[in-house]
Amino acid sequence: MTWDEMGPLLWEAAGQTAQMVGWSTLFTVLFGLPLGVALVVFDRGGLRPAPALKSVLGVVVNVGRSLPFIVLMIAIIPFTRLVVGTTIGTAAVVVPLTVGAVPFFARLVETALREVGADVVQAAQAMGAGRTTIVRKVLLPEALPGLVAAVTVTVVALIGYSAMAGTIGGGGLGDLAVRYGYQRFETLLMIVTVVLLVVLVQLIQSLGDLVARRLSHK
Amino acid sequence: MIQASGLRKVYGNTVALDGVDLRVREGEIYGVLGQSGAGKSTLLRCVNLLERPTAGTVTVAGQDLTALRSGELNRARQRIGMIHQHFALLSSRTVAGNVAFPLEVMGVPRAERERRVAELLDLVGLGGRGGDRPSRLSGGQKQRVGIARALAGNPSVLLSDEATSALDPATTQSILALLKRLNTELGLTILLITHEMNVVKSVCDSVAIMADGRVEESGTIADLIRTPGSRLTREIFPLPEPAPAGSVTLTFTGDPRQAVVSEVVRKFDVDVNILGGSIEDLAGGAVGRLRVSFSGGEEAGALDFLRSRGVLVS
Repeated sequence: MTWDEMGPLLWEAAGQTAQMVGWSTLFTVLFGLPLGVALVVFDRGGLRPAPALKSVLGVVVNVGRSLPFIVLMIAIIPFTRLVVGTTIGTAAVVVPLTVGAVPFFARLVETALREVGADVVQAAQAMGAGRTTIVRKVLLPEALPGLVAAVTVTVVALIGYSAMAGTIGGGGLGDLAVRYGYQRFETLLMIVTVVLLVVLVQLIQSLGDLVARRLSHK
Repeated sequence: MIQASGLRKVYGNTVALDGVDLRVREGEIYGVLGQSGAGKSTLLRCVNLLERPTAGTVTVAGQDLTALRSGELNRARQRIGMIHQHFALLSSRTVAGNVAFPLEVMGVPRAERERRVAELLDLVGLGGRGGDRPSRLSGGQKQRVGIARALAGNPSVLLSDEATSALDPATTQSILALLKRLNTELGLTILLITHEMNVVKSVCDSVAIMADGRVEESGTIADLIRTPGSRLTREIFPLPEPAPAGSVTLTFTGDPRQAVVSEVVRKFDVDVNILGGSIEDLAGGAVGRLRVSFSGGEEAGALDFLRSRGVLVS
């Protein structure tokens, strides 16, 4: 296989990966952030202690995290059909990617929020700040560097998950490596894909680290 | 200004507060002194209901806080300033942003906020540092930001939770001087908790000494000093215990520079043997305490004379 033949294939696969990871990151943050906040707020000693609710959320999150992604992807096919109307293709992969990453991200959010000092939260309470204000103006801004790190780790994990998207016709770089590199013995393409993935992950991690450092004023 | 009665706080099997009454008058600096674990921190946090007492009531500026619902309580808290041992500043905000925080909570419009923040930073001696990050400030400066923030809502009461315990002695004095100035200039009532007698000596008008969740003694410092055998006096002026037989302890309030002792010696022809003593500058004025023994002459007459000059004899 020549470089000219590989070019369009790689380009298309990279675009699919970007699409899958981009959209699922967006939805993961959208759903995972409130879930992470809920895990902290409803905890014993949290802003609005509700241990029963917190336990239920905790179990849901743990169930989500205990399924290997490839199993999860197949298992929730009916749900995927309900949401996007199809069970194959790039759009269909975004659903299981999001479902798989939300619990993971929520746990990271929970950890980041717990890093915020209890004294700072109490100081805000002593100033008469309500719960919503404390979440919006104290917890989230104070945890921002940690949240950025959490998004970075999640994006990298999503790139990993998306390699399995080929199973349901989602395409992407991982799928390309499997179909051409493994099944058709195109070693060169395999190597190029691997290098591309490594560079991509490196870039994302460095960018995330940089942003987190810029935001931290500790 | 602050009245707490019958406060009890129980955590599981631990009794943190065991029936505490507290009465802080308007415009005074009231110190709660005690070892760690004495319950003073719990007491302070019960005053603005960061901890809800198991039993008892708290009234601040005439308002029974224990009876309020959470929205009303939040509004009441905006009128009670609080400063913290480790400053509790938001690292995500600048100095000005930290001082503006309570104003945002109160819904003060932006222009008004900026004006007020500048004013508050000037008041605590940090004018022009508004754009700095708290991480660039020294401990004393951080506590000044904490004080500016606590004053944002024009509180009538300031609660101080070991506000100088993380600071070195010189910085502690400068923060105490600032608190004293705010107390005088703004008529701010201050309730502070501390484990340092030095803090009580330098700024407090009244004190409560706590141990094991109870108040052991309380009152104005002037009164406690004049109370024979008070713990405060014993701790401020440590004299060897027990007192040797035949010795008396003289407590001089008023002006300790009067030469009362030499007057006694001349008038009553007694020998005065000084066994120990010291003079301390307290917020209410200088106080001296001497342990002496008399020999020869008219001892009884000498003691009566001392009493007539306002010296406390015990």
